[in-house]
Amino acid sequence: MPAAQKTKDSGKEDPVKEITVEARTESIPVVTDFVNEQLEAIGCPIKAQMQIDVAIDELFANIALYAYETQKGTATVQVETVSDPPSVAVTFIDSGIPFDPLTKEDPDTTLSAGERQVGGLGIFLVKKTMDEVTYRYEDGKNILQIRKNLTV
Amino acid sequence: MNITKTLDKNVLTIALEGRLDTMTAPQLEEELKNSMEEADLLVIDLEKLDYMSSAGLRVLLSAQKQMADRGGMKVTHVNDIIMEIFEVTGFVDILTIE
Repeated sequence: MPAAQKTKDSGKEDPVKEITVEARTESIPVVTDFVNEQLEAIGCPIKAQMQIDVAIDELFANIALYAYETQKGTATVQVETVSDPPSVAVTFIDSGIPFDPLTKEDPDTTLSAGERQVGGLGIFLVKKTMDEVTYRYEDGKNILQIRKNLTV
Repeated sequence: MNITKTLDKNVLTIALEGRLDTMTAPQLEEELKNSMEEADLLVIDLEKLDYMSSAGLRVLLSAQKQMADRGGMKVTHVNDIIMEIFEVTGFVDILTIE
């Protein structure tokens, strides 16, 4: 299925830009390129952009691997700028099984290499590098939003 | 992501370029599986790597564990963005960063 891009007028200063793609890991580069295009258009600092790219990889991979279990599904990613405080918000929406990744316990980052567990690092990294991460389940949809301040 | 491999005596240098993420981490994993045995010391050069996600951290952790019994592993030319990722995840204490 080709990726569907559209612009929705939300009534705010900047319209919400969104893309809908198949919920599979192969869609991650498509979503990343789409979001980067929007970020470049608003002059997002490169460091914030790369941190957002990492967050996309973590969050979209979660959706691709777990949201629909073995079934196919789609996910929508929205990008919008927020003026107060100056920031950018990226929202991930899927209709898969309800899952709040924020309830996952943070990994113990003080353990040695031998004791380290491999799971749970991704969402932890997102929480640490973004200014706000929120989750809600609404109308049968998982809605996860990250927000990154654009002030240096 | 591009991977450049150099074996000099028993030192294997793996230079990464681009993004180390969900889609590309398996490439690195495969490369390491195929060539790590030749090396006593593994050097991961990140000079041209833009960023890495947790998928990349997992591969580095696994390589670190495997090389610990031999000459070890070090990570070089870490940029600010990746260093911050190493810091918040505690990888600064696990990896040898130069």
